[in-house]
Amino acid sequence: MDRPHSGPAGPARTGGAAVTASQGTTKIAEARDLVLSFGSTPALRGASLSVQKGEIVAVMGPSGSGKSTLLHCLAGILVPDEGEAWYGGQRLDTLSDDKRSALRRDRFGFVFQSGQLVPELTAEENVALPLLLSGTRRGPAMTAARKWFAALGLDGLERRRSGELSGGQAQRVALARGLVTGPEVLFADEPTGSLDSVSGELVMNLLTAAVREQGTTVVLVTHDARVAAYADREVVVRDGKVSTLTGVQP
Amino acid sequence: MVVSVPLTLLGLLERGPSHGYDLKRDYDAYFGQGRPLRYSQVYATLSRLARDGKAVAGPVEQGAGPERRRYIITEGGAADVERWLAEPAPPEPDLQSELFAKVVLALMLGRPADSYLDIQRAAHLQRMRELTELKRAGDPLTVLLADHSIYRLEADLRWIDHTAARLDLLGRAVQR
Repeated sequence: MDRPHSGPAGPARTGGAAVTASQGTTKIAEARDLVLSFGSTPALRGASLSVQKGEIVAVMGPSGSGKSTLLHCLAGILVPDEGEAWYGGQRLDTLSDDKRSALRRDRFGFVFQSGQLVPELTAEENVALPLLLSGTRRGPAMTAARKWFAALGLDGLERRRSGELSGGQAQRVALARGLVTGPEVLFADEPTGSLDSVSGELVMNLLTAAVREQGTTVVLVTHDARVAAYADREVVVRDGKVSTLTGVQP
Repeated sequence: MVVSVPLTLLGLLERGPSHGYDLKRDYDAYFGQGRPLRYSQVYATLSRLARDGKAVAGPVEQGAGPERRRYIITEGGAADVERWLAEPAPPEPDLQSELFAKVVLALMLGRPADSYLDIQRAAHLQRMRELTELKRAGDPLTVLLADHSIYRLEADLRWIDHTAARLDLLGRAVQR
């Protein structure tokens, strides 16, 4: 069931999003006291996080701390056992599967550690895939996809399949796929985790340049401080909770 | 680590004979990083290098302004530069760093070491953000220097995370 978003600090609503009046920033996503267990193993134990529109937030923490689970809850991929996940004035965790899928498809972009490109498709078809899945005709979808190749230094690789790309190239194709729909939020889970430092730096430079230009909000899960340094701020997840010190709002 | 000024100036001299003014300008541009050499330091160093046979001072040249003479590196000076460049710089284990001392004392005194580590992590990451931003618009030398600082900060951060994960064990080790 949908209901109006009202943040802890009592923000006023404009359109679908909540505005923190004191700072003039717009809250776009929020996790409130999320609890989630996988079987008997707790992953989140009351995790809370607010993400402002247009910011890049790095979510850091040791392996198994719950940082990826938190990202999946904010992105509507997982539904918490307790607590609330909000997106743009809409409560995510009470939406139907179909509505959450539509939201993910229409508003969110995703980049994961290994590009997870579809091996049977060419690079440009992989980039166009989110558009094709949301009903865009093939011609316009491919045209939109090809625009990203120059922007990400991938000229000439449009027809290659994932097996014919280097790790860094494949990850840039995955980044293009995550951004091709012009998402409001890009969820990136260890986007450079499988790359060497030089390739990782290139991906992060391109990622941050592209999202700044598009005004895309980014939730970036990483254990790598050098990657987190591209973000506007970082939070640390420890034992399923966001550290209160680092979770303080900007 | 502090850069050896005499050896660095000798290294710059190996490119060709130079005036003190030019050496200072190049040193400041490449290695100064906001801490330029004083002219007096440059000329005192060059005098010492000349006294020790590492460089030779040419005749005073006609012209206005400060002392105008070129310095030329000697074979002994070039050998010093070659030897210096071939030697590894001493690894700096920083065994008595302030970070270490604060964590140990916090644990000894029953203070919240995890909070200190969180504050330190945030400060390190803030500095890494500044350096990352510096790289964005920087020339290749600035990028190289910023990367060096970033990797050193990263090493501290890894230690901070490693330590944060073992505070219980460490706490027991320092309790009397």
